[in-house]
Parts: sequence; C-alpha cells; structure tokens
Amino acid sequence: MKRETKMKLYALTIHEAHDLLKSRQISSTELTRAVLDHIEKIDDKIGAYLSVFEENAMIQAREADHMIARNEIQPLTGIPLSIKDLICTKGLPTTCASKILENFIPPYDATVMSKLKNAGAVTLGKVNMDEFAMGSSTENSGMHITRNPWDITRIPGGSSGGSAASVAADMCIGSLGSDTGGSIRQPASHCSVVGMKPTYGRVSRYGLVAFASSLDQIGPLTKDVTDCALLMNVISGYDPHDSTSVPKDVPDFRRSLEKGLKGLKIGLPKEYYMTEGLDPDVSATIDNAANTMKDLGAEFVEVSLPHTKYAVAVYYVIAPCEASSNLARYDGVRYGFRDKDPKDLMQMYRSTKSKGFGPEVQRRIIIGTYALSAGYYDAYYGKASQVRTLMIEDFKNAFQKCDVLLSPVTPSPAFKIGEKTDDPLNMYLSDIFTLSANLAGVPGISIPCGFSKNNLPIGLQLMGSHFNEEMLIKVAYNFEQATMFHKKKPSL
Amino acid sequence: MKITKNEIIHVANLARLEIDEASLDKVTEQIGRILEYVDTLNQVDTKNIQGTSHAITLTNAFREDIIKDHLTNNQALSNAPEKENGAFVVPKIVGR
Repeated sequence: MKRETKMKLYALTIHEAHDLLKSRQISSTELTRAVLDHIEKIDDKIGAYLSVFEENAMIQAREADHMIARNEIQPLTGIPLSIKDLICTKGLPTTCASKILENFIPPYDATVMSKLKNAGAVTLGKVNMDEFAMGSSTENSGMHITRNPWDITRIPGGSSGGSAASVAADMCIGSLGSDTGGSIRQPASHCSVVGMKPTYGRVSRYGLVAFASSLDQIGPLTKDVTDCALLMNVISGYDPHDSTSVPKDVPDFRRSLEKGLKGLKIGLPKEYYMTEGLDPDVSATIDNAANTMKDLGAEFVEVSLPHTKYAVAVYYVIAPCEASSNLARYDGVRYGFRDKDPKDLMQMYRSTKSKGFGPEVQRRIIIGTYALSAGYYDAYYGKASQVRTLMIEDFKNAFQKCDVLLSPVTPSPAFKIGEKTDDPLNMYLSDIFTLSANLAGVPGISIPCGFSKNNLPIGLQLMGSHFNEEMLIKVAYNFEQATMFHKKKPSL
Repeated sequence: MKITKNEIIHVANLARLEIDEASLDKVTEQIGRILEYVDTLNQVDTKNIQGTSHAITLTNAFREDIIKDHLTNNQALSNAPEKENGAFVVPKIVGR
C-alpha cells in the first residue's frame, strides 16, 4: 500500500477495512497496529479507554490473518473493536467504571463477546462509561472523564461515552455499547456516529453487567449505517443463556441497505416537537433532515405519543427500582472490592458499598429502595409500571399510522463538562426523547444529521416497531447516502 | 409528600449504604426534588390499567434439564476478596 493510505488505516469503516483485508491489500496486524498507535497518540486528550489490551489484540489480529489466509474471512474478521466496560470479557478486566469492580476479571465471556470471537473480530480494549451505565455524560465514571472529540471542553454523552468518542476519534473501527435509556443513541448523537439500540430481546444480555434488566440492551456504535448492519448481523439472536432474548429468526440486515423510500410513511410525534427547551439549532436541523427524507420519497404523518411527558418520571422510578435490586449483589463477598478489616458482616456490607459506589449510583439505589419499600411500592413502582403500559399503547397506536418515527435524539447538542453535575434532575430531563424506546422495548437508531452553529454534532432518531430494525437501517441508510454528515470528522 | 432526612437514613440502611452527615442535606434535597418530579405521575388516570414489568410478551422460557459444563469451583472463586478451602470467607456471622 502507498504510505499515505497506510497511515490512515484507523480511519476506515468496517466494510472498507473488510474489503482491503479480503483483497489482501492490508493485514489485520497492520490495521490493529495502526489503531493501537492512534489510541496511544491521541487518547490522552480524549480519555475514551479504561484499558487497552495491546498484546491480546495483536494475538487476535494474527489469528485473524491466519483465518484470512485460509479464506475463512467473515465481515468482522480482523476488525479491531472497542467494547464498553460493562460487557464481560473472559480473563480481561471489566470494571463498569466503578471502584467496586476495579479488580474484577470475568471468568467467562458475554454472549456477544463469544459471537465476536467466533467472527474473528479483534478486541482493542474496554471503553469508559458512566458508572454502571448511570448517566448521560460519562462524568459519573469512577475512573476519569471522557471528552467529546468535536470539542474537548464538552461531554461526549453517556453512558456509552467511551464507545462514541472512540468511534468518532478513529480509536477503533467500531464499538459495542449498551442502552438502558438512551446510552447508545445520545452519545452517538453528540459525537456524530451511528448508534443503534435494538429491540429488547434481540441481543443477548448474558454477560452484560445488569443495570435495569427490563430496559438494558447491547448495540453497535459505528462510523456508518452499513457497519451498523454488519455488527447487528453478528450480535443478534436468541441465546439460551438469556431467557429474555427472543427466539426469532435474525434477518440479514445487509439486505436493508437498499435505496428507495417511496411509499414510506414517517410519523412525527407532535409531543416531541413541543418539548420545552428544544434548541433552535436542533429543531432546524431535524426539519432539514425531514425535508431530505421527503425528497427521497417519504410521506409524513403527524402522530401523537400522549404520555411522552411522563417518560422521565416513569423511567426514573423503574430504572432505579431494578438497579437497587440488581446492585444488591455487590456486597464484598464473591467478587469486587471489599473494604478492609470490617468488624462484622453488616459493617462489611455498608463500608464496601459506601466506598465502592459513586454518588449517582448510591442516589439511584436509594431512590429504588425507597420506591420499592413497604407502603410506597404501589405509589411509585406500581404507578410507573401502569403508565409504562399506556406508553406502550401510544407506540402501538402510532405504528398503525406510520412505519417509523422521526425525532431529535436530545433537546440540545453536547453540554459543557461540569455544567449539569450538581443538578441530577436537570441531567435526567435531557433524556426525554430516548427513554420511551426502552420503556416500550422498541428499536431506535441515531444517525448524524448535521451540526449546530458552533459546529457541534446533531443526531436524528428513528424508532420502529418491535423487531423492525430492518426498517430503521433502510431509512437510515437512505438518509446517509443522500447526505455526507457521516463523512465529516472532528479535527484533533 | 416530602422525603425527610430520617427517611433517607432509614432507606440507606435498608440498602446497606452509609450517608455521611456532611452530604445528608444535599442528598435529601436532590432525592426530594426527583421524587417530587416523579409525583407528576399522579396526574395520569391508571384505573384498571395493568402494569408492565416487561415490554416484550414472553412467557415461561423452559429448557431441558440436562447436565452441562459450568464454572469450576476455582473459576467461581477467582475474584473472591477472601477464600479458603474452596469457599468464600466472610466475617464471623454466628456468635458462640
């Protein structure tokens, strides 16, 4: 290869790298080395990674090169990926960005990791996040903050902030994150990358450290929509280890990468556009995106999701309730941090949890414990789960009138580091457009759709009906091919 | 209904957390504001509405009862803060 091209191997997409690997123009060893060097060079500025598995990655790259030499190449063979640090990697640290799991080495792989390994993918390392995925800015990481590659004074979004930043800054070829209330889509939007939250049950949660089990879902963050389809092909599918994964055939998502939106009906949820605090730049950019879709042949209908304004309240009851139950396991007995020299068992529990969990995690455990405690259960969890039913009905009604819903991902572009840390409720309110998809279990995708006046990325959200990721990929692909936003890179 | 400092201490205790005196006011205020916001749910009429705990309809995920490989004792103990004779060690629980 020519020298100039070689120097920018890290900037390739999955499908571009695959083509070069397949035609033997590059090797996975070269590609992986190039990405590792790029991480080494720029991650001091960004802070995307919590750990880089250099030696391990180079071994995997060499194995991939052997696979390729035997003509056993698959779409992800030899492709170096970053993995959010709450997906268990056998023999390699998985911290959830929490002091309580700082020394945890999982004795098994998450199902998605086994699938990636079988496909020949390379794991570069683990990327930063809000502790236990609780947050929208990656500022709640127990390790360090991550900066937005587009403006290093701003947050990359969260909780999959490390995933989004590593994709945007070319410190990986693609990434896996997780989304409980927008944690893939929101950072994707803030960093101008593609992020998909699949339908609940599409991707196995086995080996995903649990936050809110009825909402959590693993998904890809990538440089374009084609890569999203390629990763979805590998990670999707029923898994006997996760009884909430759904026994349903997985389509070949590449088939959705076809042009033409004629006859497509796009719903505009009117409540989303009336939301207080919707930034004028975001609003104008989304309007432009809608016009592009119209030019591509889509029709628009106004739809209503009347319970949207309760999404934040419903979510911030249900998610903390599930979290308080899930996080009870971190008691210093079987794994993770244990505080030194406790005087008795109770003291061990208390000091372990109080020193091991950061403030946001403790806050949510207290809210969840309170909402589930005797006398309050009906008023909080019971009530929220009833309103959740109404929200699911809203989506069912909307999807009778349209194929996909189009909306902003966040009310405003990425905010400044430190701007909202003292005001958790204000931080929660910025999740208004993403929470509903998790509560209803429907799939959602965020794709780059423009920039604010001060050059901050803005994302476009598409939501579909259960198990209709194909439709989202198709619409996203058409939009992407008609625009060039995904090609724009931050200058670092 | 406003959550009090005593309730926070009580709930923290249920969750086996310790809130230090210095941050108690701030924690109570922050959680109070969040719960107040959550009270907006009372505006919604939910009479005769079934609650949802799981958005996808799935019932009874059965599997065959067959013996398979699982974590070995060593693997299961590999992250133990303290272990002895193939078991997790915790501070003494029963008095003599």
